[in-house]
Amino acid sequence: MSSRGIRDQVAIVAMGCTQFGEHWDRSADDLLVDALAECFDGSALTVDDVDAYWLGTLGSGQSGLTLSKAAALDYKPVTRVENYCASGSEAFRNACYAVASGAYDTVMAVGVEKLKDSGFSGLLRGDPPADGTASELSLTAPAAFSLLDPAYCARYGVDPEEMRQAMTHIAWKNHANGARNPKAQFRSEVAKDKIENAPLVAGRLGVFDCSGVSDGAACAVIVRAEDAHKYTDTPVYVKGLSLVAGPAMGATDPAYDYTSFPEVVRSAQDAYAQAGITDPRTQISMAEVHDCFTPTELVLMEDLGFTDRGQGWKDVLAGDFDLGGRLPVNPDGGLKSFGHPVGASGLRMLYECWLQFRGQAGDRQLSAPDTALTHNLGGRPGSCVSFVSVVGRELG
Amino acid sequence: MKPHTGILSYAAYIPSYRLALDELGSALGVAAGRGKRVAASFDEDSTTMAVEAARRALGTRTAESLYFATTTPAYADKSNASAIHAALRLPRDGFAADVSGSARSGIAALRAASSEGGLAVLSDLITGRPGSSDERGGGDGAAAFLFGPTEDAVAELIANASASEEFLDRWRSPGAATGHQWEERFGYEKYLPLIEEVSARALSDAGLSEADHVVLVSPNTAVAKRARSLLPGRVSTCGSPVGYAGAAGIGLALADALDRAAPGHTILVISAADGCDAFVLRTTDLLGKRRQATAVADQLAEGQRLAYPTYLNWRGFLDREPPRRPEPDRAAAPPAARALAWKFGFSGSRCTACQFMHLPPVRTCKKCGTIDAMATESLAARQGTVATYTVDRLAFSPSPPVVEAVVDFDGGGRYTLEVADSDPESLKVGTRVGLTFRRLNTAGGVHNYFWKARAI
Repeated sequence: MSSRGIRDQVAIVAMGCTQFGEHWDRSADDLLVDALAECFDGSALTVDDVDAYWLGTLGSGQSGLTLSKAAALDYKPVTRVENYCASGSEAFRNACYAVASGAYDTVMAVGVEKLKDSGFSGLLRGDPPADGTASELSLTAPAAFSLLDPAYCARYGVDPEEMRQAMTHIAWKNHANGARNPKAQFRSEVAKDKIENAPLVAGRLGVFDCSGVSDGAACAVIVRAEDAHKYTDTPVYVKGLSLVAGPAMGATDPAYDYTSFPEVVRSAQDAYAQAGITDPRTQISMAEVHDCFTPTELVLMEDLGFTDRGQGWKDVLAGDFDLGGRLPVNPDGGLKSFGHPVGASGLRMLYECWLQFRGQAGDRQLSAPDTALTHNLGGRPGSCVSFVSVVGRELG
Repeated sequence: MKPHTGILSYAAYIPSYRLALDELGSALGVAAGRGKRVAASFDEDSTTMAVEAARRALGTRTAESLYFATTTPAYADKSNASAIHAALRLPRDGFAADVSGSARSGIAALRAASSEGGLAVLSDLITGRPGSSDERGGGDGAAAFLFGPTEDAVAELIANASASEEFLDRWRSPGAATGHQWEERFGYEKYLPLIEEVSARALSDAGLSEADHVVLVSPNTAVAKRARSLLPGRVSTCGSPVGYAGAAGIGLALADALDRAAPGHTILVISAADGCDAFVLRTTDLLGKRRQATAVADQLAEGQRLAYPTYLNWRGFLDREPPRRPEPDRAAAPPAARALAWKFGFSGSRCTACQFMHLPPVRTCKKCGTIDAMATESLAARQGTVATYTVDRLAFSPSPPVVEAVVDFDGGGRYTLEVADSDPESLKVGTRVGLTFRRLNTAGGVHNYFWKARAI
């Protein structure tokens, strides 16, 4: 990859994040207003300081008007961004580039999704008129990701029962973390036997192997790194940003075996190169990853270089990615505990980095984290987009 | 039908589900008898079954004209034969038309195809109200016959005869799922002299006093029941092997007779439907080498049990709570037309630079990046192996759960397909599959036809 990156050129200086959940009494507009209010509350910034906006949402509104109307913006540029489940991260990436380019001094990335108004289970698709042959039309997301489980077992000779335990551990760990987070949708621990005996959704994935469905919004104000201390003593510096859209090779190529996301591997390589990460296992203090389904998180541990190929399930079971483990993953509870309001999730992940760096993560506070990774995956095994960011507490 | 033509090849398609009549009887509290009823799957209709029979009959041959007969067309106003034509990848300059409406449409298709050297496809999906004789005594299936010159025929056509008469025996309002029959003895009395007259004429034209095999099919249940005794053949006498099968009945019966007839045998085929039609065939030495791959009797002997509540659900008599998921969008006409070769012919594109196979077809090679150097290649007849699979309990389906498999085709190409007629427990990584043409869903009155994988 030949991206130059914008390491240490921009920083997050304010953030807001709503509680995620079934907000029957709040519209997408309300969630946006709430996220912005928290962001500016206690910050030296006001809405008038923001020169331009990037709004990520999959389907809770179209065009920049979705934000400008809700926040009554004063004729500011608002770009609506959609990139599947990476929409929030994509809003952030483009907002960062706008500052780095010199076009604007102060910008905001916002993400929102109102999923609970549809009355249906899971995510809905908004596909253009088509010929009716796409497998995405019949195969739901949990079914598509359930393909990882038998494929992983087959490739590495993992006993399906041990694989089940690893999947269970991931759900258990993320719920345990989420239980310590007042903004999570689900705030109670879930016993392992309850996870394993839940009704099946697809393949071997039960209800607790799937992320929830919720509403939420989150936002971040981004300025030039040299201006950051004007607004906060604890900015979050952007070290690397990568977004990869694959050619959907895995869906077409018999060589793809459903044990990896090549898009994630490539975006991680790119982000690491930008950020100067050569050994993610020791250089990264914490990671917020796209745990849409439990086997996804397992495969991500390998694709992001947190463990060796075929070794991830053992490290998961050894507690390596637990809150007290060698590399805490999803300390805020992840999609598992937060649900996945698509446009908001990427910014919710950055919000946890923001809190952890500032020492404001309460019961789940890690010991002096200085480098964090966030990751989003949009699409499905064989056909997806992947986003990886690396952010840090210090310059350099 | 013209002399000097004959049947070049033939095949039947019997769907794989079987409804146990005693289960039906105990569910409804009636005496339904024993035995089994052949039932098409929820994703089959007269069009898809026609495709399956025609694919088998054609093999590597083609046909310049196609006549599709059914009493249960998937569409009105729009031709169904055109979908079959597309799925068979028949030449664009050919003719394809529906002959719909009554059991006699089957004879009409055979007559038209035999006089032109074309393909006749007879297919029907018979639905009866719960407890009706059509539910108990009907059956679903399709049969296809390719006609051509006698030199190449497995059976030559040596005579035919017809008679027409208007009387009310069986009828159905257009659009209604289930039909009616007058007191069966009335129709029986009307049909009896027609059968005697027409079969005598046909035999006389053929210069025969009797036939080796007699096939007698009728929508009238009393005629059908007495088929074996009315006009015995020297070697065998039979009716529709699946019971009343609309326009397909005569085709299934003829295919069954061709499965069993020895070379040089004569077959008298009689259809008593709103009149009577008869024709006489003489099988040739080619029959021994060119029978259909799986005989009707063998197809009937296979099959898997279908629970009666599931059958009622499939036929719309039991409205089951669907998953809490949106119904699918209807397939759109322009994209479907652009994707014709893919959607109906399962044709992908193979890169001529690096040989990488793409399903669906694309212009830019995913392997080597070469643009517009693709060769169209249909994998409809290709087999493949299940790379991985899953059971989707959340997806919308007329018959959940949906089973989907990633299929790697022999010679290259991968696609993720629904699995038809599947028992999820028996599916494994490595299971060998072929393709079958099915109706994925119907939305906004539009049938979404595409291919599914089916274990071999």
